[in-house]
Amino acid sequence: MKRWIEANTWTLGLAVLLAALLLLTKLIQPDFGASGLDSLARAALPFALATVGMAIVVIAGGIDLSIAAMMAVASVTGAVLMDGASDGQSVVIVIGVLLLGLAMGAINGALIVVSKVPDIVVTLAMLFVWQGVALLILNAPGGGAAAWLRALSAGGVPGIDWLPRAVVFLAIVTAVIWIPIRRSKLGLRLYAIGSDPLAAFRSGVPVGQTRIIAYALCGLFAALGGLSVTMSTGIGEPIPGPYLLASVAAVVLGGVVLGGGRGGLLGPILAVFILRTVRMDLTLLSVDPNVAAIIEGTIMVAVVMFGAVLATRGRKT
Amino acid sequence: MPDAPSDAVLDATGVAKRFGAVQALRNASLQVKAGQVVALMGANGAGKSTFVKILTGVLKPDAGHVRIKGRDSTVVNPAGARKWGLVPVYQEPSLIPDLSVADNLRLGDTPMEPFRHWIGELGLPDLSSDALIRSLPLASLRIVDLARALALEPDVLLLDELTAALPTDLVDRVLKVVRAQADQGRSVIYVSHRFNEIAAICDRATVLRDGLTVGDVAIEPGIEERIVEMMLGGAVAAAVAEDRPAKPLPTAIPRLRVRSLKTGTRLTDVSFDLHKGEVLGVVALEGQGQDELFDVLAGNRRASAGTVEVDGAPKTFHHPADAIAAGLTLVPGDRAHALLMSRSVRENIAVPLLARIRTWGAIRMGDEAEKVGAAIETLQIDTRAQGEVRRLSGGNQQKVTIARWIAKGVQTLLLFDPTRGIDIRTKRQIYGLVRDLADQGAAVLFYTSELAEIRLACDRAVVIFNGRVVDIIDARDADEATLMRAAYGLTEKAPA
Amino acid sequence: MTMTDTPTAMNRLGRLMVDRPLLPLIGLLILLVAVLAILNPGVLSMFWASNTLKIAIPLAMLAACQTMTMLTGGIDLSVGTAATIAAYLTATLAPLIGVPPAIAIALAAAILIGLVNGFGIAICRVHPLIMTLGTALIATGCLLVYQRYVIATGVLIPDFLLWLGTGRTLGLPNSLALFIPFAILVIWAQRRSGFGRLLYAIGANEAAARLSGVRVWQVHFTLYTLSSLIAGVTGLLYLGQIKTASLSLALPLDLPSVAAAVIGGTSIFGGRGGYGGTIVGALILTVLTSMLTLMQIPEGGRRILFGLIILAVTALFIRLTERN
Repeated sequence: MKRWIEANTWTLGLAVLLAALLLLTKLIQPDFGASGLDSLARAALPFALATVGMAIVVIAGGIDLSIAAMMAVASVTGAVLMDGASDGQSVVIVIGVLLLGLAMGAINGALIVVSKVPDIVVTLAMLFVWQGVALLILNAPGGGAAAWLRALSAGGVPGIDWLPRAVVFLAIVTAVIWIPIRRSKLGLRLYAIGSDPLAAFRSGVPVGQTRIIAYALCGLFAALGGLSVTMSTGIGEPIPGPYLLASVAAVVLGGVVLGGGRGGLLGPILAVFILRTVRMDLTLLSVDPNVAAIIEGTIMVAVVMFGAVLATRGRKT
Repeated sequence: MPDAPSDAVLDATGVAKRFGAVQALRNASLQVKAGQVVALMGANGAGKSTFVKILTGVLKPDAGHVRIKGRDSTVVNPAGARKWGLVPVYQEPSLIPDLSVADNLRLGDTPMEPFRHWIGELGLPDLSSDALIRSLPLASLRIVDLARALALEPDVLLLDELTAALPTDLVDRVLKVVRAQADQGRSVIYVSHRFNEIAAICDRATVLRDGLTVGDVAIEPGIEERIVEMMLGGAVAAAVAEDRPAKPLPTAIPRLRVRSLKTGTRLTDVSFDLHKGEVLGVVALEGQGQDELFDVLAGNRRASAGTVEVDGAPKTFHHPADAIAAGLTLVPGDRAHALLMSRSVRENIAVPLLARIRTWGAIRMGDEAEKVGAAIETLQIDTRAQGEVRRLSGGNQQKVTIARWIAKGVQTLLLFDPTRGIDIRTKRQIYGLVRDLADQGAAVLFYTSELAEIRLACDRAVVIFNGRVVDIIDARDADEATLMRAAYGLTEKAPA
Repeated sequence: MTMTDTPTAMNRLGRLMVDRPLLPLIGLLILLVAVLAILNPGVLSMFWASNTLKIAIPLAMLAACQTMTMLTGGIDLSVGTAATIAAYLTATLAPLIGVPPAIAIALAAAILIGLVNGFGIAICRVHPLIMTLGTALIATGCLLVYQRYVIATGVLIPDFLLWLGTGRTLGLPNSLALFIPFAILVIWAQRRSGFGRLLYAIGANEAAARLSGVRVWQVHFTLYTLSSLIAGVTGLLYLGQIKTASLSLALPLDLPSVAAAVIGGTSIFGGRGGYGGTIVGALILTVLTSMLTLMQIPEGGRRILFGLIILAVTALFIRLTERN
């Protein structure tokens, strides 16, 4: 137990910070309650899923700049196909979109491994490609979403009203996908190629294959994130939101080192909620939403700068 | 006789490997029988590390073949090597820094029980399996790496400079365990520079020189001399050495005074003086701290202890620019670290002239052309292919890295193995240049992996072994055998 | 490590592209123009040529920012934002405080973006892509806030910017009056100034530049500040050309500016290329865009094509220049 606490000091600190922020929210807005939590969680959901995807790639020593564009592709594909579809059809569509996400991510990863062009250049080019694909599918926001899908993230859990369904959804999805991987050898391999690719190769890790899997997982979570956008708005969004910078910032704030090998998923998820809560508190304090966006952006850039300084230090020692 | 059944567990014959124009291995062979520990030896650049990489499947040989237990090896990667019963322990630990010991074992499918047994045998019974690799000292990592390899019960264990970072008590344990492996009928390939260890545990030694296997001898008392001879290649000792008059020992303040310099794990305690007009050779086997020494002097790395004085004034360098300002300019060992491969000869040579903010404006092209031209002239650089430095021959590339500092003006030149992998004509030119620079009042620190060069270019030589200066030899007495013995620590006085 | 490679066809093509990147590029440009003439006979005219030049110039100027940052192995994705902010500030402040102070403030805002980029990239060592994206996000937020407070004051586009942006002299766009000296200056600086040489040096081998005494952060810091200043000036020109102050004026030029530099033969890994190629690259993109418009390819298709071009050209460069 003691060792666990030592190893997770940063994550615990983030949890305490989040609790303090929620408490602060309650002080600012005394009637902040279940509905407030619900809207917070719903706003945070796409950010959280993007962050999880980004965290996996960063742990494996890469970065995926195309994450927001992949989310847009998933969002519009789902929304266009689901428009007027029956519940049964929409289940198939959702599964199809998730597979599409896996495929997009795998394409990113395969291009990096095969072309030997650095990840940052490949995913920048693919950022444009996926953006174009999203625009071709849907030129302006539109489409629809199945009612059951929308219900997944709206409101509280029956019986425990204060617990937002969006949080439960996030927890279940992440746990179902990540925990088996983390426990298996694949999880070790992901950390290994991020930590030291040469040592990983010498330990018998298939480095290229593992890298492709990391990007595919990122694509899967991007697809989930894109679907969650459609879930909460009911339409598809071809122009991606600021998920790229937000996910990189949350990953860094969440204790995953840029460069790879270190950190987990809980920290980045907590970081997303912290950043969202800050934003909500600013709104509650009736700060201009645009000013709030500036403050949030500044926090994110500062976090990334701090992370870069730490990463440079880490390389030197 | 490739088809004749051999009782060797591992049998490599006729292995050759070429990198571009450099023939790293010509005809290397190695036979290891069951129950034997065979030392693989060779001076710097003899091709040991290429050979090790070919044996473990990291590189593919151009010619020759490797047989393991009588069958042609199809090893293409380290994981594949293990299936063949060949387990390497590399010079740098191949453990994942951010995983625990237990997770590293899981990653490589290593059973835990035998690992714990070996960790105990090797003297670290208290090591926690949950400890992060990152948090362990280097010596423990070597032990973990070895224990992991032993736990796989390999038929052939390949140990590459295993003991380099180990304290003496652990070395003894390791040697005992390795010897016991052989006594149980397994085979060990032991790559090492250390004669005392080889004498203690090895049955035979295979010696490489210039990519050739030049000898395979049984280890017996007094064999060191013969091995040194084999590594030298006999005839080379009579290289053309012009006799220079002995220089009167300067009494003034030295250009460069280094005292008790220490950094990292390799450079532990180095002191010497370098005077104006002197070429001071540095002799060391690979990895004895010479890389770190040059990096510190060039401002590329901080010293953790010790002092550097230039013309009597103590200096601390935070950036290469600081060292350059103090007149210390480095020609690094790897040309790839020094050259702008995609740029022209002229641009490469002119970089130091433009480095400071006040030179960011318009370049005085005539002035630059003159300085660069003079440097090209001095070094006789073949500028036919000057559009991109990467298209020059290795010798001309090396000249460009030196020309950069000639154009800037040389005070103290730090040359790290400047003649490695270049043709004999260029080598001669570089010796001549170094002598001329010294005669003009410059001070030169000259590390070389070719011992014959000490007599050809230097006035004195400091010999570094294990991060310490073990000897300072006058160039006139510095025949290769003497230097080799000193470099292997054979002549070192027992520490008090 | 000596080069004794036998020149293969691939190798020779690689050398040609490295040594004389302009030749194949100009060939490609002529080819595209020819295809355009076949697709739509009668389109080619002096007016068409002048119009293409006019459209290509702001793109080529923003691509100068990408060329210089890419020479060091970086990138600047905040140029569109910096240009937009400079344009918007000029147009909205001019009626309040007069044209010269408005332009001064506009360029100061652009420089501020560059200073923040420079700080993050040079000192904190954030990857340029992430850093410039971040400052672009913050700067856009600031623009939105600003816009709410100036909404009532009206917009004035200075006359000389209109003249520069839309006017013609002897059938040629007036923007050449800004662009030709600018291009000459950039091309001169990349060959004949210490700063320009250091951009190549850092991109070719940062460690070697450091060993030669270059304090790399100073170069990075200056570079990103300069890049934003150029973007700001481009924004002013673009304002005169588009004649409206919009909140997303130059943002659609971000991606094409990267593509123009990459097509023009500047390596995204640094150390290779130059502004001459970029100018041709901007012309190629402009012709290509008008061709795509002619073929009624939607915006999405254009982005996919640009993305794939960047990827393909980069991968090709790696193949061509990779040795051993």
